[in-house]
Amino acid sequence: MEQLIAQLKHEIIEVLNLTELTPDSIDENAPLFVEGLGLDSIDALELIVLLEKKYGLKLGTADEGKKILYSVRTMAEFIRNNNKG
Amino acid sequence: MMVDPFVISDYCIIRQNRVVKNGNTLHESDETTVAGFLTAIYRHFGINYPKFHKMDNLCKLGFLAAEVLLNHSNLKERYHGDKVGLILANAASSIDTDRNHQLSISNRLDYFPSPSVFVYTLANIVIGEICIRHAFLGESTFFIEKSFDPGRMHHYVYQLLEEEAIQCCITGWVELDSDRYEAVLYLVQKSDIHPDGIAIFEPAKMNEIYLQRT
Amino acid sequence: MKEVYIASDNIITSLGFNTVGNIENMLSGTTGIRYWEDGRLSPEPFWASLVDTEELTGRFSAFNNPEKFTRFEQLAICSIEDALSATDIDIAGDRTLFILATTKGNISLLGDGQSTFFKQEQVYLWHTARLLQQYFNFSQKPYVVSNACISGVLAIAVGARMIRSGYYDHVVVTGVDMVTEFVLSGFNSFRSLESGPCKPFDRDRQGLSLGEGAGTIILTGSPLSAGGIRTGYGFSSNDANHISGPSRTGEGLYIAIRNTLEKNGLLLDYISAHGTATPYNDEMESVAITRAGLQEVPVNSFKGFWGHTLGAAGVVESVAATYSLAKNLLIKTQGFETPGITNPIHVIGANVEKEMRTCLKIASGFGGCNAALLFYK
Repeated sequence: MEQLIAQLKHEIIEVLNLTELTPDSIDENAPLFVEGLGLDSIDALELIVLLEKKYGLKLGTADEGKKILYSVRTMAEFIRNNNKG
Repeated sequence: MMVDPFVISDYCIIRQNRVVKNGNTLHESDETTVAGFLTAIYRHFGINYPKFHKMDNLCKLGFLAAEVLLNHSNLKERYHGDKVGLILANAASSIDTDRNHQLSISNRLDYFPSPSVFVYTLANIVIGEICIRHAFLGESTFFIEKSFDPGRMHHYVYQLLEEEAIQCCITGWVELDSDRYEAVLYLVQKSDIHPDGIAIFEPAKMNEIYLQRT
Repeated sequence: MKEVYIASDNIITSLGFNTVGNIENMLSGTTGIRYWEDGRLSPEPFWASLVDTEELTGRFSAFNNPEKFTRFEQLAICSIEDALSATDIDIAGDRTLFILATTKGNISLLGDGQSTFFKQEQVYLWHTARLLQQYFNFSQKPYVVSNACISGVLAIAVGARMIRSGYYDHVVVTGVDMVTEFVLSGFNSFRSLESGPCKPFDRDRQGLSLGEGAGTIILTGSPLSAGGIRTGYGFSSNDANHISGPSRTGEGLYIAIRNTLEKNGLLLDYISAHGTATPYNDEMESVAITRAGLQEVPVNSFKGFWGHTLGAAGVVESVAATYSLAKNLLIKTQGFETPGITNPIHVIGANVEKEMRTCLKIASGFGGCNAALLFYK
């Protein structure tokens, strides 16, 4: 799980062009949106593409998406629960 | 003697690996790629704006030219944000990013269009990025021309200024087509607010600035 | 103030190849947004408003060889030809200007690697404008306004300014955009498409419908006989907030509306909204309209009929809006049933006659841009 979280941090930095961040500076339990990293709507859509492209997972409703994309940890759990990580 | 109502108070040229402002070379680079050069400019001027890294090359170019142009301009103290206009033009529109988007949909077996790429497949987004950075809410328009035509830009901007739709304008050419790039931005202000302009706001002066060797 | 008149116009969409044909379909509540399965445009089925290609090619054949012009160019040419046929204004000479409004032009050429006839250079918008200039023998270099979804409204505002400034007597404004794989895939990645015909301002709206088309408005400073609709002042403004999401306070649109109404100084009878039917756009528009004190003014969106025709939208919708103005007839908002915006604006739910003197066209687009333009008689 920790390895998946570390990998996800790298991938998030890459797909969202968070060039000035290092994986160490991302707290996997902190919210990704609103507070924490303060990502926006386009970032959310990119993370959905990441989950699909890299992990083959499609999100259902917007509400489901909100829960899954809450933090790096919730994303990792979603991937793990769907046996893709 | 009638005073010309509008002046070019500043200009910025980013071209041939150089950043020039008001005739002074502020930065020169030996970066071999456009992306590398643009990032080098960002770092050289110590800009702190993480969203920069999400932009496509066209927006980075326009953003940086505006950043240099407006440095020390104190526009906020002289004009309301909704009285500052942004009238830009180029030849290639957003073709550079268009090609990237096209690439992402060229293989049905690896079909993952990216929203953060697609949003930049419009030339006017560079206006949006500059407006967000500097809180400009005024008139803005993006034109496409085969090559920079200072007379045409002057013609339209002058109408807006004379009509008082805007009181100040950032205008010019922001062009990027794979490894060819060129940004020439002029800051046009009312001469009673900024009397010490570099030149009168007129096509001949704009052309002279555009053609200067960099 | 120098008056700017509308001499003639054209609309080409899924609902017809001229203004009257389109309006008739709209008045009878027909939507042009259909379900499509077309692997060339999308790997998945989609809903969109598409111009009938066979009919387009057939009509274009009367003018020129369709194999020598891209579909985009055919749309533009047919639209301009139709508008020109309805006016006796002499467009030859250096007092006439042509303005093209489009977001992506011939972008489908990027994916057309196999095309042997069309040059890659044709993908540049200046090339398309030049081609149209030469085709119609416009002597002056054309303008191209490429400013996301406000391109059409902006182009008309620019054209009106050009006539008012005394530089030109006539301006032909044409807005064109196509539904392409390029655009469809992009909006899909934004997850902003409705699965069905879109529902502007409706409580159950989920997103926009894409559409394609061409619209032309010929502006002139020459007074016409009675009944002439005139184009007033128009303004644009930026939200300075986000490159794809509209400002929650409708800041930019409010400023554009406010400036337009102040400058024109006329009371408002009708608003032709942008109304894309995305949850955020319609909400933002209702905020801006209310902030401007216009919540009682009847407002509609045409996008339930034609979808969002992008660069063509501002022109085709202005043509329909000015038609309404001329005939004192408001067209319902197709797709709208139950209000779903927090500010209760007066959405037109059924066709209704109304004496009108003025109409405001508004639009918003990616990049935080907004535009407003007044028409009057």
